[in-house]
Amino acid sequence: MIKNFLFVMSQAPHDGAGVQETLDIILTTAAFDQSVSLLFLDDGVLQLHQRQQSEKVGLKDTAAIFQALQIYDVHEYFVESESLQHRGLKPGNLILPVQEVYRKDINALMRRFDRVISA
Amino acid sequence: MNFAIQITCSPYAGNGGLTAFRFIETALQMNHQVNRVFFYKEGVYHAFKYNTPPDDELQLTAQWSALAERHDLDLVVCISAAQRRGLLCEDEAKRQGKLDDDVAAGFRIGGLGQLLEATLTADRFVEFS
Repeated sequence: MIKNFLFVMSQAPHDGAGVQETLDIILTTAAFDQSVSLLFLDDGVLQLHQRQQSEKVGLKDTAAIFQALQIYDVHEYFVESESLQHRGLKPGNLILPVQEVYRKDINALMRRFDRVISA
Repeated sequence: MNFAIQITCSPYAGNGGLTAFRFIETALQMNHQVNRVFFYKEGVYHAFKYNTPPDDELQLTAQWSALAERHDLDLVVCISAAQRRGLLCEDEAKRQGKLDDDVAAGFRIGGLGQLLEATLTADRFVEFS
């Protein structure tokens, strides 16, 4: 039984264990051969920022785990345009190739999925 | 309707857990099914058996235990999230040389695979965070 999962990443990186724990669900879901897509919005877009260097403050490099997701056949990354703009980021500054989605189209995007899990 | 539930909020930092409890209680009264309640992230704090709020305050952990017994409800606590926060199951408590485990009656320790299984077999997946 395969379902389409959308994980909504809205939390800033390295703010507690939340992102790490969401990555654990994502990896488990992918390992169960489900279809996995990710949507980044609000502070979640910061998870895709290049050159985070989290090891310098003794934290785990979650960006490296996002890049490893490709091995698990997770290829669909959506980013809310307004969230990117508000934080001065451009798709070209990000660690993964993303599809931009305008806020007005987020609802329609979510409706395409069987399961939406927030992070 | 068959529901899978995930709870990711601490019982004392917000009302998400209490709302989840009331949702589940109502769903069961209306003859819906709840195939599993999965406690993840800060939600694992619901399962600490030594939670001791003042007598005149809500005893949510005890209420979960009672609800689980009444309805044969499957309350699963994620092992990695639990250990990160110091909630040890019997095996792990023994391995760490502790005198007792921390898991309240009616809860059991499990893994993320059980969350996945629950979401795949339910009609609806509802998160309380």
